[in-house]
Amino acid sequence: MLEVRDLEVSFPSEAGRVAAVRGLSFDVGAGEVLGIVGESGSGKSVSALATMGLLPPQARIGGSIRFHGTELLGKSDVALSRIRGRRIAMVFQDPLSALTPIFTVGDQVAEALRVHDPKLAKKAAAERAVDLLDLVGIPHARARSASFPHEFSGGMRQRVVIAMAIANDPDLIIADEPTTALDVTVQAQVLDVLKTAQEITGAGIVLITHDLGVVAGVADRLMVMYAGRAVEQGAVDEVFGHPRMPYTLGLLGSVPRLDATEKRPLVPIEGQPPPMTDLPPGCPFTLRCPMAVERCSAEEPALEVVGPGPGGPEPHRSACWRSGDIERVEHDVAGAGADTAATLFGVRAPAPGAAGTDGRPDRPVVLDVVDLVKHYPVTTGSVFRRRVGTVHAVDGISFDIREGEVLGLVGESGCGKTTTLMEILGLEPPMGGRIVVLGSDVAGLGRRARVAVRRDLQVVFQDPVASLDPRLPVGDVIGEPLEVHGVARPQIRRRVAELLDLVGLRPDHANRYPAEFSGGQRQRIGIARALALEPKVLILDEPVSALDVSIRAGVINLLEDLRARLGLAFLFVAHDLSVVRHVADRVAVMYLGKIVEIGAVDRVFAAPSHPYTQALLSAIPIPDPAVERRRERILLRGDLPSPADPPSGCRFRTRCPLFVELDESRRRRCVTEEPPRAAVGSGHEAACHFAHAREVV
Amino acid sequence: MASPVIASGSGTGPDPAGADTGPAGGAIEALGRRRLVLRRFLRNRLSAAGGVVLVLLFAMAFLGPLFYPWDHRTQDDLALLTPPSPEHWFGTTKLGEDLFAQCMRGLQKSLLIGLLVAIISTALAAVVGAAAGYFGRATDRSLMWLVDLLLVLPSFLVVAILSPAFRGGSWLLLVVLLAAFQWMITARIVRGMTLSLREREYVKAARFMGMAPWPIIRRHILPNMASLLIIDATINVGTAITAETALSFFGFGIQPPDISLGTLIYNGTESALTFSWLFLFPAALLVTTVLAVNFLGDGLRDALDPTSLRGRRRD
Ligand SMILES: Nc1ncnc2c1ncn2[C@@H]1O[C@H](COP(=O)(O)OP(=O)(O)OP(=O)(O)O)[C@@H](O)[C@H]1O
Ligand code: SF4
Ligand code: SF4
Ligand SMILES: [Mg+2]
Repeated sequence: MLEVRDLEVSFPSEAGRVAAVRGLSFDVGAGEVLGIVGESGSGKSVSALATMGLLPPQARIGGSIRFHGTELLGKSDVALSRIRGRRIAMVFQDPLSALTPIFTVGDQVAEALRVHDPKLAKKAAAERAVDLLDLVGIPHARARSASFPHEFSGGMRQRVVIAMAIANDPDLIIADEPTTALDVTVQAQVLDVLKTAQEITGAGIVLITHDLGVVAGVADRLMVMYAGRAVEQGAVDEVFGHPRMPYTLGLLGSVPRLDATEKRPLVPIEGQPPPMTDLPPGCPFTLRCPMAVERCSAEEPALEVVGPGPGGPEPHRSACWRSGDIERVEHDVAGAGADTAATLFGVRAPAPGAAGTDGRPDRPVVLDVVDLVKHYPVTTGSVFRRRVGTVHAVDGISFDIREGEVLGLVGESGCGKTTTLMEILGLEPPMGGRIVVLGSDVAGLGRRARVAVRRDLQVVFQDPVASLDPRLPVGDVIGEPLEVHGVARPQIRRRVAELLDLVGLRPDHANRYPAEFSGGQRQRIGIARALALEPKVLILDEPVSALDVSIRAGVINLLEDLRARLGLAFLFVAHDLSVVRHVADRVAVMYLGKIVEIGAVDRVFAAPSHPYTQALLSAIPIPDPAVERRRERILLRGDLPSPADPPSGCRFRTRCPLFVELDESRRRRCVTEEPPRAAVGSGHEAACHFAHAREVV
Repeated sequence: MASPVIASGSGTGPDPAGADTGPAGGAIEALGRRRLVLRRFLRNRLSAAGGVVLVLLFAMAFLGPLFYPWDHRTQDDLALLTPPSPEHWFGTTKLGEDLFAQCMRGLQKSLLIGLLVAIISTALAAVVGAAAGYFGRATDRSLMWLVDLLLVLPSFLVVAILSPAFRGGSWLLLVVLLAAFQWMITARIVRGMTLSLREREYVKAARFMGMAPWPIIRRHILPNMASLLIIDATINVGTAITAETALSFFGFGIQPPDISLGTLIYNGTESALTFSWLFLFPAALLVTTVLAVNFLGDGLRDALDPTSLRGRRRD
């Protein structure tokens, strides 16, 4: 249906022409899902925009794009606009910018219908818009169709955009990172809607994403892009099962797996993609490739068939001189039960020595939080501030961390994770409850004692750009905590060099400014700063979520290594449960300011007992097509309720899948009575009246 | 057999900062911000030149008169309104005073007044604005009340009313008075910027490592608005010199027999076309001063701003 051949796109830029896409060919058949994955800047979005004819005028385009046999390149914008939106529809990453803020969502969907069918009466269009909104799962579609986009949450907006995309029954839907901005539970909902939409319209879908898990579950075929070219292409199972290009191998090896029962080393792909202005000859992956040989930097490998597709017409292709060698290694390694990617990239299993949960009760508690409460007032008016409500950001949570232990704190955006951390780090008497750091209650701390406690309690922030002062050279950034605590200058200098080495940077990096480093390197600087004073407890607020997948693995490995070597305790906040499974010993799941389940990682992941944990776990895609197809999703309804007005009784009841199945009297209990945290196993607690374990991974 | 395929572990990889650093070695020491900034500053020729010119102006203003035969008050009755000559470098006035000696005397005053007022008012703005923004609450409210009060007072009138009190007093009083009415708007801007900088993660990080408020303001808040402060200070130099000129004109600033560049320019204006040197020399000195300060400021700003390319080392 869609045939793209030798597509070339380049843009002029200050530094010369940027070759964004260099000779890309692919097909999409009716009813088929093609997944395109690649790092940011690899040319995924540009290819999509070229297909839609939406590239800016200064772009130079070559090759051919045929849709149902007609050539699209070179068509006038007017001719294209007849196809665009009706036969080819697009779903963007940011749903807010795809909707006009001043029209109601109902009007916008109706408008999408009427543009391509002017004869359609207004009334009929509005009716059909309501049907479409209902189809994509907007509750009370008729009433909500009169709402404006800003009144919807991110997930709901993305549904509206999908409704507009399928309004004219298109033949092809191009979805560019449709779920990147969304929480996992919402991502699962949106992917589900996309699937439904495809079943109803029978359209082909091009799904662009950087999350291998997402494509594993949804796509039929997969294309991996690197530096503007396809480097591997084939049926999903083939590519995931037998990757034949080091980059794909690295990508697959770099993501922690939710279903990994034992700790597997993660594969970091060091370095950055090459600049796209003047690419050196040879394979663009050469500098980052562990297998590069001389030939690689001389000549660029073409995309060649390396294996047959299983039964399909699509063969497995890869662009690498050494795909044959990879096949051999895969063979050898399979016998030894090891991991191809880890072997090729030469990563070793994480150093043992982490305390884990063995002998937990004997170890001293380093951080104890009891019934912590933090409410924010909601005020209106600027002159006369009136308090109109309360945001229950954190509403009585308790947990403890023992020496050398990692507690993962997970939950959807806005559930109060960051607030919890800031309350602990503030070392001020909390609004309610108690915080005990290394045996001293923060409420009773004097000025001196507080500074002393800070030595042992350090923090790594989420955003490596915002957490480093852009005006300070890196050496000063890392040495700052030492200076504050009165360490002598020569000693600081020595320690800074030591720390840089510890986190895998060079001592001469101390003289550069943060802006000269990549995201991963900056996060390493942040970690070095946190370690400067040899703290006992390290608090990490989503330390890897702002990093590209391939770089993430390096930082996670570093954290694991440091923890094993230095015996640190971590409070590790993340919304990515697979990362938590990989890093943490224990996990606490938070929902609307409360901890709903807590326990050892193995137990919680194997036998989650709270319906929310179950839904959260089931929403996370696993980068393995075979496993993914077998899995059954527990979809949550709706979005996180406002923390300013949490539901009575059990806070989760408005979205609880179990609640719907209960009979009237049991439901009443959920509505009126707040479930206490009760033990469901050794050291494993869940806050649900009707908790029972369920396997979802 | 797979051995040649396997990499030897993971290094740091190629780094984006470019290859301008040699191989790693423990001997390379961290320079620290101060020395890095100095190094970056010196790389910028124009601003270094600005600095040199400013030093020369100072030297000329304070040392020049020591070696020059005429002083600013002696009247040479044999040379009334003569154009520049080897005897009188810049010519003479209608009373026969030597213009070069007068210019140097005026330059002394104007340089001191301009720079002092600029530094004092910008520093005041930085401190007050940052304190109001960082501490908030009562501090903020009282400081901003003061700012608003000073803003609505007609400054010229106040200076005029107060001037009899310091007539005959030191010119330093004039500096204080000028500075006192020049900092308020900048302070408001600084406060606004502080409010947003305060919430940055690196400021939080500093707080969580136990750094006290004033060190945080000095180290993280103010350097991150250095561009604003430097631009403000350079503008203030010019403003102060002109304000002093205006005040002198109305008889409140520098009074005869004392001289400033402002009074000289004012006196020279009427004869700018007929006896042009009377106007040109002091005006040229004023322009040179202001330009030198601006170049210096530009260079400082680039040196302090790590994103600026001009401070970077060139290959
Ligand atoms: N200063 C504040 N004033 C009012 N409400 C706030 C404030 N800070 C946070 N909140 C609210 O408190 C709730 C919890 O916020 P918090 O930042 O702790 O969430 P989070 O779990 O860290 O989310 P994310 O995953 O997006 O980082 C949210 O509803 C948020 O809007
Ligand atoms: S062609 Fe060479 S450099 Fe490129 S991926 Fe293959 S082995 Fe690596
Ligand atoms: S208490 Fe009721 S509503 Fe809450 S999680 Fe359990 S079953 Fe669901
Ligand atoms: Mg957060």
